[in-house]
Amino acid sequence: MKTIKLLAVLFISTLVFTSCEDDHDDHDHGSDEELITTVLYTLTDGNNTIVLEWEDLDGDTGSAPTITSGTLTANTSYTGSIQLLNRTESPAEDITVEVRAEGDEHEFFYTNTAGLTITKTDTDGTNPVGIETTLSTGAAGSGSLTIVLKHEPTKPNDGTAANAGGSTDVQVTFPISIQ
Amino acid sequence: MRKLFIFCAFFSFIYNINAQDCNYTFKGKITDFHDNSIIVGASIQVINLNKFTTSDLEGEFVLNNLCEGKLTLEIKHVACKTKRLVFNLTKDTYKEISLEHHLEKLKEIVVKTNTKTEAASIEKSLKKDVITKFTDKSLGDALNTISGVSSLNTGNSIVKPMIHGLHSSRLLIINNNVRMFDQEWGDEHAPNIDINSSDRIDVVKGANSLRYGSDAVGGLILIRPKKYAIKDSLFGSTTTSLNSNGFGGNINSEIIKTFNSGYYTKLQANYKKFGDFKAPDYYLTNTGLENINASSRVGYNSYEKGFDAYYSFVNNKIGILRSSHIGNVNDLVEAINNREPRIVEDFSYNINFPRQNIFHHLAKVEAFKRFKNLGKLSVQLDAQLNRRKEFDLRRGDLRNRPVIDLQLFTTSIQPNLEINKFDNLKINTGFLIRYQNNNAIVDTGANTLIPDYNKYEVGTYAILDIDINETSEFSAGIRYDYSRIEARKRYVESDWTALNYDVLFPEFDTGAVDGLELLTRPEFTFNNFSTNLGYSKRFGEDYSFLFNYGLAQRMPNPSELFSGGLHHSAARIEIGFLTINKETANNFILSLEKNNENFGFSISPYYKNIDGFIQLIPTGIQTTIRGAFPVWEYNQVNARIFGIDIDINKKLASQFDYKGSLSLLQGDDLTNKNPLIHMPSANFSNSIVYSNNDFHQLKIGINQKTVLQQNRFPDYNFTTLNPATQQQVFVDISSTPPSYTLFGFSTSAVFYPFKKGSMEVGFNIDNLFNISYRENLNRLRYFADDLGRNLNLKIKINY
Repeated sequence: MKTIKLLAVLFISTLVFTSCEDDHDDHDHGSDEELITTVLYTLTDGNNTIVLEWEDLDGDTGSAPTITSGTLTANTSYTGSIQLLNRTESPAEDITVEVRAEGDEHEFFYTNTAGLTITKTDTDGTNPVGIETTLSTGAAGSGSLTIVLKHEPTKPNDGTAANAGGSTDVQVTFPISIQ
Repeated sequence: MRKLFIFCAFFSFIYNINAQDCNYTFKGKITDFHDNSIIVGASIQVINLNKFTTSDLEGEFVLNNLCEGKLTLEIKHVACKTKRLVFNLTKDTYKEISLEHHLEKLKEIVVKTNTKTEAASIEKSLKKDVITKFTDKSLGDALNTISGVSSLNTGNSIVKPMIHGLHSSRLLIINNNVRMFDQEWGDEHAPNIDINSSDRIDVVKGANSLRYGSDAVGGLILIRPKKYAIKDSLFGSTTTSLNSNGFGGNINSEIIKTFNSGYYTKLQANYKKFGDFKAPDYYLTNTGLENINASSRVGYNSYEKGFDAYYSFVNNKIGILRSSHIGNVNDLVEAINNREPRIVEDFSYNINFPRQNIFHHLAKVEAFKRFKNLGKLSVQLDAQLNRRKEFDLRRGDLRNRPVIDLQLFTTSIQPNLEINKFDNLKINTGFLIRYQNNNAIVDTGANTLIPDYNKYEVGTYAILDIDINETSEFSAGIRYDYSRIEARKRYVESDWTALNYDVLFPEFDTGAVDGLELLTRPEFTFNNFSTNLGYSKRFGEDYSFLFNYGLAQRMPNPSELFSGGLHHSAARIEIGFLTINKETANNFILSLEKNNENFGFSISPYYKNIDGFIQLIPTGIQTTIRGAFPVWEYNQVNARIFGIDIDINKKLASQFDYKGSLSLLQGDDLTNKNPLIHMPSANFSNSIVYSNNDFHQLKIGINQKTVLQQNRFPDYNFTTLNPATQQQVFVDISSTPPSYTLFGFSTSAVFYPFKKGSMEVGFNIDNLFNISYRENLNRLRYFADDLGRNLNLKIKINY
């Protein structure tokens, strides 16, 4: 009799477990994903606006990213601003807001081979964050521009991504031509 | 069967005189419970009346001049339990009384120290004293002391056992007769087992595992509870362990109550806490852990019937080295080149990110009854619930949400019939029905690595054990399993077509599209056959020879079929394929053993041929918004693994004992003519122990373990562009760390400070010379050194 009772108890608890795991909804899986699909680097010189866009809507796997570059004018000063978006949401989620709010844990790094001079103009209070920049071009030519966002870098640092440590949240490269 | 030779019967009738009529006769016949054969020469005694007789050649006996009233009888023998029967005598009576002369079975684990799971299986065991040594470590650490067993580690707290280079889904871990289902597919998913709840652990290297499953390609780990003697007793123990490395320790208590009636109950609980561990040169930031485990058992045991109910709860919170969270392949290159973790902070008990929180509940009820002239029928019902949350370094609102949150529920029923009525033949047969549900919890805000699925399994088996003669035994078994998995997974549409699934598996496509994602319902059915043959022969005084052959088939696990996405802690994209099929292994293992205290050894060569061996290997680079990542894909190759395990023990002098072991292994990918990835390298160990039984059972020992560099590895190194510097960088993910040798020191003594019970005190030092080393089979070897020196104090009080 005891055995049967225990078997019964186990059976009941089995049912409880099973019913517990049945209360989820089929259709909201994979939603609310923190995904950065798009990096926009908007440059204006007062008259013209150039948007460098790096976009990969289907995530890490799937089809290759699309990269839209622009042509900069030689010997010009631009004001630059970064925007990180998740365009799988509607409306698109602006992840830059979170990065700015946690500016002390984030920093953008800019490196290029196109003779650009980029200066970070915003701070987290003490150290640069790099969402806002000024960019000045030199002579005509071409090269590439790489933008890196580090999470939890050493701050302050020597200004290079390589020595800042942290983990990389964004790393995108644009071909650049200057006329 | 040889059990026939152990023959025991002590029978007594206690006869209460409460009537005057004392002319009754009690005639009886004593037979064997199993096969109804008669038992000759059993002594029968009625203690109160000083009546004494023995059963004759027909197994019969007569007691004359008995009075009317109650008659109580009792059976007793040196190696037997006591059994009582009560009769009410009102007339001349004839009774057939079946006696149990297999009684040693009931206590075999108590009585014998070297009982094997099956006579013809090739296995090694860890006893309670060794388990106690590892009270504050993990199952994998304890098993690592056995030759041929190594481990795949993630840091020092997540330790996956590996037998002959095989791990995860290829090893069956049987905890209290329940097969563990704790998302064992993942490399960084260690078994959710509290080592303190076990009494003995067997590692079955041969394929003698059909009762538990057809897919034990690598082997079987049996975690066994204790069988309690049937007597009134209350006992227990408390073990405390303190460690200098991690400034933490463990406290474990267990209490057991047994009753004369056969009932028993046990409660056990364990709490473990460590802060950041330390490599010789730096703290390993965020490697602390906190575990709470408890188990309880209640049961009843008699020869004829019994039951056992068991429940255990494991809650592990394990920190993972902070520096192992990296962004992309360039971060990985930096980690490899820097040789020091990028984040080194002061000691702390905080467990931040990344970390794992795991709950595992396991409950089972097993009941058995023996039937005359047949055997033993047992039924087991079990249920397990595993909830795994993995937390990673995240931004904003998602900070406290896990990236992986999976809940796996498994339940099964397993009847087994052991037929032991025949003299030289034992048959075990039974079946299994199992249901499993994986629930990828919503709201992780990340891609689910493993999809929701339901899995159904039905299996049946028959195993024959034949005693050929006094010294040799043969066993043969066959098993069939049917399994069906029904999953529900969202694929990015472009992936679905790129992988050609729209052509191969159009039936899985539900047509429902949500944004870029396609909802699919992959369903697969597998039929697995497995078999094994075993032979054992004893010769001389203490030599034995064993041979096992096993055919095992394993269906692909969910991560091999479905994974697809970025695995943060590994900095790699892992891709499984729906086209992966089952793998089939042929295992051969021999063992020559000499069991002797003065000089003994075991030499076990083995050879495994695995068709369709599923492995995860790097195949290329994928560019994502976080930069480039290596892509690791599952593929199938034909593989072979062979090697030899050697153990030696020798008494050097009356108080000095030597033990040594050596494991050699080679794994080859025969399809691509490459070495297999992640195979353990040659390793050997030696230890010398001085023991003095006259002085507090003092033991002083030193031990050494050397792991040689793995020179046979597949070269998956590659170069990638570092866009920041616009230079090609070399990514050395394959090269293996150099050889290392560790020394340890251990000492223990037993004291009797109390009226009852004893106190064991032990002091141990691991990594005595504080050597900096990295282990090839540690997934975090790119990021930090392994553990430095640890001083450990253990106190165990038995009461």
